[in-house]
Amino acid sequence: MTALARPQPRILPGFSLSMGITLLFLCLIVLLPLSGLLWQLGQLGPGDYLRVMSSERVLAALRVTITAAAAATAINGVFGLILAWVLTRYRFPGRGLMDALVDLPFALPTAVAGIALVALYDRSGWVGQLLEPLGIQIAYTWWGIVIAMAFTSIPFAVRAIQPAIEELDRDEEQAALTLGATGRQMFFRVLLRPLLPSILTGIGLSFVRSLGEFGAVIFIAGNMPYETEIASLLILIRLDEFDYPAAAAVAGTLLALSLVLLVAINVMQNRLQSYLRSEG
Amino acid sequence: MSFEALDIHKSFGDTPILKGVSLSVAPGEFVALLGPSGSGKTTLLNIIAGLAHADRGRLVLDGRDITRLPAGKRRFGMVFQSYALFRHMTVAQNVAFGLKVMEGARRPPRERIAARVGELLEMVELPDLADRYPAQLSGGQRQRVAMARALAIDPQLLLMDEPFSALDAQVRQSLRGEVRALQKQAGVGAIMVTHDRAEAWALADRIAVMDHGRIVQFDTPDALRDDPATESVRSLVEGVA
Amino acid sequence: MAKPILIALALMFLAAMVLLPVVAIFDRAFAEGAGAYLAAIRDPETLAAIRLTIIAAMIVVPVNIVFGVAAAWLVARYRFWGRRALLILIELPFAMSPIVAGLCFLLIYGAYGPVGAALEPYGIQLMFNLIGIVLVSLFVTCPFVMREILPVLQVTGEAEEKAALTLGANGWQMFRHVVLPNISWGLAYGTVLTMARAMGEFGAVSVVSGAIRGRTMTLPLQIELLYNDYNATGAFAAATVLTLLALVTLVLRSVLNRFGPNREAHA
Repeated sequence: MTALARPQPRILPGFSLSMGITLLFLCLIVLLPLSGLLWQLGQLGPGDYLRVMSSERVLAALRVTITAAAAATAINGVFGLILAWVLTRYRFPGRGLMDALVDLPFALPTAVAGIALVALYDRSGWVGQLLEPLGIQIAYTWWGIVIAMAFTSIPFAVRAIQPAIEELDRDEEQAALTLGATGRQMFFRVLLRPLLPSILTGIGLSFVRSLGEFGAVIFIAGNMPYETEIASLLILIRLDEFDYPAAAAVAGTLLALSLVLLVAINVMQNRLQSYLRSEG
Repeated sequence: MSFEALDIHKSFGDTPILKGVSLSVAPGEFVALLGPSGSGKTTLLNIIAGLAHADRGRLVLDGRDITRLPAGKRRFGMVFQSYALFRHMTVAQNVAFGLKVMEGARRPPRERIAARVGELLEMVELPDLADRYPAQLSGGQRQRVAMARALAIDPQLLLMDEPFSALDAQVRQSLRGEVRALQKQAGVGAIMVTHDRAEAWALADRIAVMDHGRIVQFDTPDALRDDPATESVRSLVEGVA
Repeated sequence: MAKPILIALALMFLAAMVLLPVVAIFDRAFAEGAGAYLAAIRDPETLAAIRLTIIAAMIVVPVNIVFGVAAAWLVARYRFWGRRALLILIELPFAMSPIVAGLCFLLIYGAYGPVGAALEPYGIQLMFNLIGIVLVSLFVTCPFVMREILPVLQVTGEAEEKAALTLGANGWQMFRHVVLPNISWGLAYGTVLTMARAMGEFGAVSVVSGAIRGRTMTLPLQIELLYNDYNATGAFAAATVLTLLALVTLVLRSVLNRFGPNREAHA
């Protein structure tokens, strides 16, 4: 009856090696840089932080970023749902191509996306040409920012909603229809409610992605301070002026906003799912 | 080769799974671990195979303590419940694997490995399927490949975890006899985990009846029938005899 | 009734938002004819940018493969304290603004950062050169390989690995003969994603590259430079190279989805 004194090694080999590689990489590539930002913020102090953040230009940049991201997210919420629905529920020629197109914004480098959108929406572009006689200008305005943000974040919305539609109970839809539910009632009661967690996740991810988008936006934005200057660009401008504290303050705010949103998405998803499950 | 497990204890968190289990296998003997699911039989087999650690207790092979020996050094052939065949290797590659990964001096030359694989496939009556992949085989064929793979390393002990559970009743019947014949032919001691008493009776020299982490009786099928230790063993026996 | 309307809506949206911009790239690149396009691609600065981009990717991709395989193995096969925190940390770069990411690197590895300042006396500079580009590229591509392998490992389970162990395989043999063939498709796709992203990253790289013409310009930075120089053909011609890379990525994705094994892991 020997009691085993030494700690027992894990059965599958490679624990120490994979843990070592993973931790080394994460420390050098993720943790250390993040601590660099925290270190800079720590040196800043609350007074300086507030001074930086309350400047007109910073506030304007944050306002432009957040409102544009919200608008882009609204577009993606509607069209993301439609796209996800069409891709999961309908079979038609060209569906495979459509499915691949949804991922294109994810695969396309952001700088390429940026100049491509300008090429399309500026005065000589195919779409810009059509809109100009109507007095609508998209390139170099707030709307340009919205379009660029919507472009890069649409895959996030579609791919978050798709699995939920696949899981929807079709019998329930049929039952609702036979019980005389109108199309609208069915849409809200039977469809929207079970889809709600994933729709919120999709638009949440799409919003976070839009907040941080840089490459696609700066080409089409016009980058006028106070009007079409996004927060990420302002960070870069402060960096070029070697004003590291100001850059860190804006960056820290943007990062904190994204993190809070991500955590909120996670928590909300768990809560809503268990709530919907308990409702039966 | 004689094998002994002595006073094995194991718990997962606060739940005890094995509460002091002892078992012995004589050379060439076929032992069945019989019990309902949750009785701890698969955990015991994994501990013997070296795929789980016991909290307490010892494993002894021919007088040598192998408690802390890693799975690969025990040279126990194992047939997994779902066979765990390497899905991207052909049947021949599956069977040859244990020979190919042997350390330098012990590894047979390539022609010897090929000859041995041929021999084993002949033995399990699958000589024509050497180049198939596991996905192209029937359940019974997979089971035989798993047997051949386990026997290829000339094991000191053969371990089988519910080897027939994935097969339909007819194949199960015919394979039972074959497995017992293969084990006799190889002259190797065997431990088989099963929840099917007919299977245990048909194959085993001795049966260890397990319940709630203990072995309640460990004896020959005849002795279990004539002199059941507890009421539960008695009711178990009645169904078979 | 609803079906044709919805399909039409979805098609119009995708065509206007996604397809047209990509077509526009090629339209502008060839606006002055194929000769001008080829000349723009052969421009020495553009070629230098392509070369630097490829060199950086050739360092980033193998490092990320080693990390991604190790991290996926760790998370899929072991339970340990801090496992969930580790997963969040790996996914974090996904959610960060590339500019913020670049800034983070500058603040720690730059001349004024603690690590950068400590290395400066030894003549080691980490930012505004190839090292800086490689470091931020590793950051932005961090989860890509791991994400593709993890579900495959979870679906295949440990049985084959344990079988290999009982047959006498050591850790390396088990990995080489059993694990690697099982994850090969996911690994291949993760590698392609990492490569595409490493070659296409713009924001984070623009913070740390220093943007020295012909020396630390990666292809996306070169596109910006040409564009701001009003060299439209040059910018769009360079953009076609990256666009083709993106299209190859997408083709591989659908090939993987349609023909690859372990399809359930990627669904």
